Amino acid sequence: MKSLAELQAIKEKMKNKVILREGTNDLRVVVGMATCGIAAGARPVLNALVEEVNALGLMDKVTVSQTGCIGICEYEPVVEVFEAGKEKVTYVKVDVEKAKKIAKEHLKGGNVVAEYTIKA
Amino acid sequence: MVRAHVLICGGTGCTSSGSASIQKAFQENLATFELENEVKLVQTGCFGLCELGPVVIVYPDGTFYSRVTPEDVKEIVEEHLLKGRPVERLVYNDTGKDAPKVEGQVALSDTAFYKSQNRVVLRNCGVIDPENIDEYIAMDGYAALGKVLTEMKPEDVIKVISDSGLRGRGGGGFPTGFKWSLCAPNKADQKYVVCNADEGDPGAFMDRSVLEGDPHCLVEAMAIAGYAIGATVGYVYVRAEYPIAVKRLQKAIDQAREYGLLGKNIFGSGFDFDLFIRLGAGAFVCGEETALMTSIEGNRGEPRPRPPYPAVKGLFGKPTVENNVETFANVPQIILRGAEWFASMGTEKSKGTKVFALGGKIKHTGLVEIPMGTTLRHIIDEIGGGIPNGKKFKAAQTGGPSGGCIPARLIDTEVDYDNLTAIGCMMGSGGLIVMDEDNCMVDMAKFFLEFTVDESCGKCTPCRVGTKRLLELLDKITSGKGTLEDVDRLEELCYYIKQNSLCGLGQTAPNPVLSTLNFFRDEYVSHVVDKKCPAGVCKDLLTFTIDQDKCIGCGVCARNCPVNAIEKTDYIAPGHKLPSYTIDADKCVKCGVCMGNCKFKAISKQ
Repeated sequence: MKSLAELQAIKEKMKNKVILREGTNDLRVVVGMATCGIAAGARPVLNALVEEVNALGLMDKVTVSQTGCIGICEYEPVVEVFEAGKEKVTYVKVDVEKAKKIAKEHLKGGNVVAEYTIKA
Repeated sequence: MVRAHVLICGGTGCTSSGSASIQKAFQENLATFELENEVKLVQTGCFGLCELGPVVIVYPDGTFYSRVTPEDVKEIVEEHLLKGRPVERLVYNDTGKDAPKVEGQVALSDTAFYKSQNRVVLRNCGVIDPENIDEYIAMDGYAALGKVLTEMKPEDVIKVISDSGLRGRGGGGFPTGFKWSLCAPNKADQKYVVCNADEGDPGAFMDRSVLEGDPHCLVEAMAIAGYAIGATVGYVYVRAEYPIAVKRLQKAIDQAREYGLLGKNIFGSGFDFDLFIRLGAGAFVCGEETALMTSIEGNRGEPRPRPPYPAVKGLFGKPTVENNVETFANVPQIILRGAEWFASMGTEKSKGTKVFALGGKIKHTGLVEIPMGTTLRHIIDEIGGGIPNGKKFKAAQTGGPSGGCIPARLIDTEVDYDNLTAIGCMMGSGGLIVMDEDNCMVDMAKFFLEFTVDESCGKCTPCRVGTKRLLELLDKITSGKGTLEDVDRLEELCYYIKQNSLCGLGQTAPNPVLSTLNFFRDEYVSHVVDKKCPAGVCKDLLTFTIDQDKCIGCGVCARNCPVNAIEKTDYIAPGHKLPSYTIDADKCVKCGVCMGNCKFKAISKQ
């Protein structure tokens, strides 16, 4: 190790890999992963969200997690976004493309993608 | 892309309760459910709650699973990792005895065991993979070394450590910065930094846990110390009985060398430092600093007289700084966060935190780190979960064979160096053994004396012969042959040994006797005057008797007695059909089997 810059570079590279262990962030995205959700394709959606959050550099702001049956099997895959002090947003019939758009516009941009929500 | 981390405790406690087979089960099940690319397995150091091991934590939710068996793993993988439903029957969610009972998961920081802990030394234990230097770096690892080498002069480093108020965590409590400042000005062609990892107190495992959970922290701290005092070589003296710790520390040293964090010209500063492990064979005396250095030199581990002190003439006759693992583990954080931050924790003269290994009659056996000045009551009742089986707290032993006991009436003592010294106790390295009403204090003192008699190196007479005579007196007392004069003689001999022994081992060996004499003299008196052991521990003073009127004559006791000491009598108690039994005191070996087998509570010991 010849310089602090080298150390800093390793730290930056590693930070995203251990940040998961610092607990949950204020912004939480939860994918319904019960049998109905998985059957409807929730796993690729979950993975797409994780990848997109990483790609957008949101690891320290957004926690992607999963939950069991939300109770609206008809609308699976369901993705819910929880943010402190704001109303919960529920997206329904999500697929990989929709998930990426939700990550970009809602998680990063802060704008709810109204057309995918249960209210739409 | 990884979306969840599964942290499996790989400390010695959880390893012995089977964490390796759990890791294997996770690998297999993750493969079965095709989750290998989504879930990362990490083997970490100790989480602290050894009693509930093996422990598994799942992030990002921070779900804490306790007492996991290999059979549970499939359920965790399928339910939690695949379907997102935590397995609630395995979740640890105890929020304390006064808090309302919660259903389901609670944050780790809200549980009774963790909520009043303040993890400085243990900050990375149970969080990072100790065998991966990159994870340590991600947690600000080696940033303190970088800061020291590029921004600070050696005297600045010593000043920060002095200002922080850090004192030696090995037990003595000597100010660390002052120790470094005594060594720094001494001119020599070679100086040394030595780490004492020869943790020898029965029941203490703080240092082992740091070595197992965060070995890079020690490597970094020793390099910082080397820079501060002008040493280029360090030795870690660790006992061979700590195989996992030795393996991980060696791995850490190798990785640090590979990265150039040990070796020549670190961070381009011109500073050279390298580190080596020396294994001890487990002699208790080698935890004494001069004996430890004698052992590193390749000689039989025996202490030598001080002065000269190690700061002047230490390892290989050169100026040396020696500190304990936990002391070193505080150093990088103090450098990064500043002396004021460290000094803001703790009491007036004892700053920072202290790690304790909780053991004995306590629910949560394990490792805790608390700010100095926390009361013993809080440690035992809140963090430790209290005494099991509804028994009453009697005393806590700190400092192992060199320390003393804190009796129940002083349970509100704020634990720091000076308060413990004031009551004739000592902080020690952090072993905290809790005793309840079933423990005999004379027997406890005898246990520690047996240990020191075994471990005395034999170099000086007061320790070699004196501790042996002490043990003989204690034997006499616990076997019911003692007199009040013996108790006085015991006390006198204690002071003699303390004043005349060569090293810390002998000087502190009588402490368990003196402190029990101080707080529990009545128990000694019961043993010699009434010939009774109030706690019912000392066998020679016990008599087992059968209450003739409670005995229904089933004969279970007689059938199970290993020495045929129980016989039938002619007496049939009113309301019973069979004749009762009686114990022949001459034949009885006081094993207690009869009492354990009697369903009618007819047998008692006194």
